[in-house]
Amino acid sequence: MPLIQAQVVDSNHWLSMKEFVDIITISQMTPGPIAVNSATFVGMRISGILGAIVATVGCVMPSAIIVLTIAYFYYKYQDLWVIQGALKGLRPSVVSLIASAGLSILLIALFNGNAASWFNVNLSQIDVIAGVLFIAGFIILRKFKTNPIYVMLGSGLIGLIFYQLT
Amino acid sequence: MISKGWKFYWKLFASTFYLSAFTFGGGYVIIPLMRKKFVDEYHWIDEKEMLDLAAIAQSAPGAIAVNAAILVGYRLAGVLGAMITILGTVLPCLIILSVISFFYVAFKKSIIIASILRGMSAGVAAVIADVTLTMGKNIINEKSIFSVLVMLLSFGAVFFFDVDVKLIIAVCGVSGLANVLFYKLRKKEMK
Repeated sequence: MPLIQAQVVDSNHWLSMKEFVDIITISQMTPGPIAVNSATFVGMRISGILGAIVATVGCVMPSAIIVLTIAYFYYKYQDLWVIQGALKGLRPSVVSLIASAGLSILLIALFNGNAASWFNVNLSQIDVIAGVLFIAGFIILRKFKTNPIYVMLGSGLIGLIFYQLT
Repeated sequence: MISKGWKFYWKLFASTFYLSAFTFGGGYVIIPLMRKKFVDEYHWIDEKEMLDLAAIAQSAPGAIAVNAAILVGYRLAGVLGAMITILGTVLPCLIILSVISFFYVAFKKSIIIASILRGMSAGVAAVIADVTLTMGKNIINEKSIFSVLVMLLSFGAVFFFDVDVKLIIAVCGVSGLANVLFYKLRKKEMK
């Protein structure tokens, strides 16, 4: 985010700060990684669909090149102890990093964005609907092995109904 | 080896497109979605390899969702596969963003959208909790104290101490290397 801001708002003055903040907000609401979405949106705002395409390609290409290079070496030298070694340490970190991201999302959902950290949590302000959705979703996933997309859609739908009512 | 007719390429593109359209709440959720689709449903990739790909996707620079798509595409069908999955990942975002960009003021203020997204966050959290539990159990079943330690310490570091993710990844990678090196040297000594 700061990198994109430095280029788009500060250096090239393609957007105002307010427009940039709007873009970030919307990028968080649409599917896809926020970095790519922001780039796409900025491109679109500046020069329509062509701009969006160009910005997206620019955003994705360095990753593509780097990742493809890594993938090539991974598949070629997979059994080398160096690679297996690094992966041995990285595999558990995938679990912990995903867990951390999930827990942050849960906190935001339960406290409506008001829990700055794990430590200053105000239990009386729990969003009960979110809590119920989370527990229900989790149980459904564990017990029935449902497609996670259906769970997400379902919780979105229920959110639509219940958040309107309160 | 999977036969690579047009049907396969279309399936690859379509599934990537479909998954990307539901990657809300941060890129991490694409990992469970990909697991469900490519490991459980299609059996194109096995569980362990998927975890390796996830590890690489998160460690490399760039958005994890895009990296994961590139890796899966490359794994299944080389550079062509990677291009297909990149397209599949990026297109739904492009389309949805283009549409929204025309109504973006209304979209921003829409209570309907806000309610849906609020509900979805809980769902995303549940999906991530589910996959975390499954993968966590797998790690524990490996019966390796090292793995469990890395998992717990890195979680503590990122969640409670806000350590920079890149640093954690670097440390995990290096410690994995050190661990393997240690065992290799020990084996040499014992000969």
